[in-house]
Amino acid sequence: MACFLVPAAEAIVATVAVKVLEKKEEAPVRSGLGLAQEHDLSQKTPFSRKLKWLRNLLWGGCLLLAFEHLWHGEIVPWFPFLTAASDPAETASMLHEMATVGVAMAVSVTAVWLVMLAVSTLIEKRAQKAGPEETERSAAV
Amino acid sequence: MTLLITVFAAVVCTSIWYKTAPKSEMMVGVLCFIYWGASLMWLVDAVFEYAELKAEYFTPAPGDMLNDTFLGLCAVALGLVAWVVILLIKDPKGIVKNALLRKKK
Repeated sequence: MACFLVPAAEAIVATVAVKVLEKKEEAPVRSGLGLAQEHDLSQKTPFSRKLKWLRNLLWGGCLLLAFEHLWHGEIVPWFPFLTAASDPAETASMLHEMATVGVAMAVSVTAVWLVMLAVSTLIEKRAQKAGPEETERSAAV
Repeated sequence: MTLLITVFAAVVCTSIWYKTAPKSEMMVGVLCFIYWGASLMWLVDAVFEYAELKAEYFTPAPGDMLNDTFLGLCAVALGLVAWVVILLIKDPKGIVKNALLRKKK
């Protein structure tokens, strides 16, 4: 009925967080970094970029789900926009669906993103560990 | 059927993204996120529907299946349209910018 509104709310929060993080990450670059810090940054993917994965997943899903709701006549282009909102009994079932299906959607997308985050962190750590060893090996040769 | 079609679209897009990586001039990654996001959400929806209908979930009426197939194809088309719009706005290759500047000259 309106389950996609829960991930949409999360998408808005993620979008704002991305903007704030991007500004914060740009600040040290402008102020100038030490060589060691610059090297560290080049190895790691900035967190704002990783948060963009979540934002894109949420907005992408919400777009297609909103279309599905439009298809089924659950969204209308006039006030109150949700057909279920015009009837109190239907409003209650809509809120129940948002609390169950909607929350489960948001949680599952976030869980998948957390797995992506864990895997990318692991890959970055392995690359960082392999980096100095490879340098030593090449120096020995 | 909607879920199935979207999952196929997501897998195809991810394969294309992997093949063209690390180049991201066409921003195929955006398309991957759109389809995977929708697939995940529809998967959750399917789980809830299955919990309600049980085995009946796997035997939909032919009319419903046709409607769902049509919806899935339209959803894939909408995803493609959204991707093209994002591609033209972000314009990573500068094609739109160059075309506009050339006309002005």
